[in-house]
Amino acid sequence: MPIELGLFALILAGTVAIAQSAVGFFFWRVGGRITSYLRQGAVLQFLLTLAAFLALVQAFVFSDFSLELAFGYSNTLQPLLYKITSTWGNHEGSLLLWIVILTGFGAAIALYGKNLPSDLLALVLAVQGALGAAFIAFSLFTSNPFTRLFPIPAEGRDMNPVLQDIGMALHPPLLYLGYVGLSVCFSFAIGALISGRIDAAWARWVRPWALASWAFLTLGIAMGSYWAYYELGWGGWWFWDPVENASLMPWLAATALLHSAVVMEKRNALKVWTIFLAILAFSLSLLGMFLVRSGILTSVHSFASDPTRGMFILIMLTIVIGGAYGLFAWRARSLRSGGLFAPISREGALVVNNLFLVVAVAAVLIGTLYPLILQSVNGTLISVGAPFFDLTFGILMAPLLIIIPFGPFLAWKRGDLIAVTQRLLGAAAATVLITIVLVMVSGGQISLASLGLLLGIWVGIGAIAQMVDRIKLGRTSLSQSWTHLKGLPKNAWSTMLAHFGLGVVVLGIVSVSAWEVENVASISVGDSIEISGYKVTKLDVSQRLEDNFVAERIGFEVISPRGKTTITAAEKRVYTASRLPSTEAAILTYGFSQLYITLGDVNADGTRIVRVWYKPFITLIWFGALIMAGAGFLSLSDRRLRIGVPKSARATPEPAE
Amino acid sequence: MTRKQKRFAIIIGLGAVVVSAVALILNALNDQIVFFYSPTELIERPSLANEPIRIGGLVEDGSWVVVGNTNVFAVTDGANRVEVTYKNLVPDLFREGQGVIVEGSLLADGSFLASNVLAKHDENFVPKEVEAAMKAQGLWQGEEESGSGSGYGGSNSGSAQPAQ
Repeated sequence: MPIELGLFALILAGTVAIAQSAVGFFFWRVGGRITSYLRQGAVLQFLLTLAAFLALVQAFVFSDFSLELAFGYSNTLQPLLYKITSTWGNHEGSLLLWIVILTGFGAAIALYGKNLPSDLLALVLAVQGALGAAFIAFSLFTSNPFTRLFPIPAEGRDMNPVLQDIGMALHPPLLYLGYVGLSVCFSFAIGALISGRIDAAWARWVRPWALASWAFLTLGIAMGSYWAYYELGWGGWWFWDPVENASLMPWLAATALLHSAVVMEKRNALKVWTIFLAILAFSLSLLGMFLVRSGILTSVHSFASDPTRGMFILIMLTIVIGGAYGLFAWRARSLRSGGLFAPISREGALVVNNLFLVVAVAAVLIGTLYPLILQSVNGTLISVGAPFFDLTFGILMAPLLIIIPFGPFLAWKRGDLIAVTQRLLGAAAATVLITIVLVMVSGGQISLASLGLLLGIWVGIGAIAQMVDRIKLGRTSLSQSWTHLKGLPKNAWSTMLAHFGLGVVVLGIVSVSAWEVENVASISVGDSIEISGYKVTKLDVSQRLEDNFVAERIGFEVISPRGKTTITAAEKRVYTASRLPSTEAAILTYGFSQLYITLGDVNADGTRIVRVWYKPFITLIWFGALIMAGAGFLSLSDRRLRIGVPKSARATPEPAE
Repeated sequence: MTRKQKRFAIIIGLGAVVVSAVALILNALNDQIVFFYSPTELIERPSLANEPIRIGGLVEDGSWVVVGNTNVFAVTDGANRVEVTYKNLVPDLFREGQGVIVEGSLLADGSFLASNVLAKHDENFVPKEVEAAMKAQGLWQGEEESGSGSGYGGSNSGSAQPAQ
């Protein structure tokens, strides 16, 4: 019964969405009354999809195998948490989660957007309604999660063992919050294009949404990277897999959007460009969805799929992207360009930031789509892998990392590069000094890695230098600096933290790429593998019986270079229901570095293949990402950024007609 | 600078970056892509030796031998086979009779030295490329749609990237 109610709720949500969008598009000029209907509609739509989602979750929790989806992806033996996460461990369920989040954002706009001009709010909710209707139709017509099964099977098939992990509880929801949050920026962009309300105030309304999506996307990607790292057992943290690229592209576009929205808010410039980016970011989210769910790619992370779905998404993609950019092309000319600025200025630095980010998006996009294009043109099968992306992305990011510390020092409108360079001299000297010391410590070779270190440290120190400069440390008394420090707006903190976090990420990436050590050996009980001063000794082998899997557990004793002894274990699991094997690596953390032990097969002579990696400073990658996301949320908590702030910096804008 | 000059400077600067980026991407596409071949195509084109390529097919039944850390197996598309040597761990789902994609290069003696072996995280899966290669040989017996799956699992040697 709850299943049918869930389906009914979803259908109802779809009709509300259609009504919301139709009313919004026809009557957006009417204002007041209409807008309050639309706001109620958005909240109602959210409650209905939430009800549908909960109906689905309960079927998984209570192992109701009359639901085809529950039968296909869950099992009575699973722990409760994984029963719940199984709900979105498949295409249909995860699509419903996506819809819940989409309508959730719609409801959030309705609730927090009271102070928005009523015409803009009406249009934003209309676009959100249209998106909601499209996705609900996609779910109902091609991927209905509520299909029943008869006769009812006694036991379910279980979820893929790799997905039975806490990562499944966190990664998809966080990632979806990011992807779908960008739909709000998209709706604002469309609303702005139609109503002609494109001014500094618009940027101030959009920025919190862009910031929130960006922060969630950062968290989601970092979480996914760490999950793949510890779960897949290959020791890699990023594979340039198409599905990973699908999340990186919207992230890059959202990063660009955040920065250009600052220019628009502060200087009323780059308006057309900001709108372009808002559309681009969500278009890339949709493209990612197409790549992942259409089945045209094979990837580590992709879903089961069928061609009708691919077709549906492709049509949706064409309408959304084509429609949005069509509207953009038609209306963008009528926008008046805003404040002028010199090439050397804060605006100029942000333009360069945007340029490199967007070109990087293009590089990743081309690398991801090129195999598909070539295959459909002449049937040639190729793969574009890590070497392509490392090369292009690496070269494109280097200049961006160099200019990052300059940006916050430059004045708006017209900056003085020489003066800024003088203020950054200390930071530059410190960077070079630290890099030289690190290079000497790590063996004294000058290589590409040294350059990478230099860049990472430069970005990190540059962020600190910005802070030191803001509080006038050393140029005034300590107590005055302290007063300055306390008085700093959260925004300044978050800029500094986000850039600092980026520097930390770069350091982690450089360090693990350059100085990772790997050792593979066949060993029996009592034998050891030595790696980077660590001694890994194989201990006893035991069996571990759990409800849903049987594991062979191999104990290891690890002695660190400092003489610290740790006992750990790696496992080879076979899941009872699906008979699928899975390897659980043993991971030990020493400071920011990790030792990663994974198991191969047993040889004929009874020894076992064991593979050990030493991964220096690898956790910096994820810590850095956490700092960046934290900076995003910090900035979001700044009262001055709240969406409710009603005052516009300029007078009422004239409609662009 | 006048307004015109400013605009000119900005456009020239941006243009230069975009042009060099395009050159970079095209150049990388030329050098860094990896082509995919079936064992039959590989035998027809011995000129491929020492170039990084990918091959795909089924792991031939009874061909898989493990000596220490070295795996030796044959990849077949039904008509032809290529012997592969892989000095590393194979992924969990690597089995005889299953679909596999191998990255590496062809040696002068006609054998294949693998740098990376990819097997799908699903028992019933045959990679799309492999399916196409086997259809080309007229040996495809499966259903039209290859099975669903959740992805390739590799066992990497430094640069694991899953199949395209």
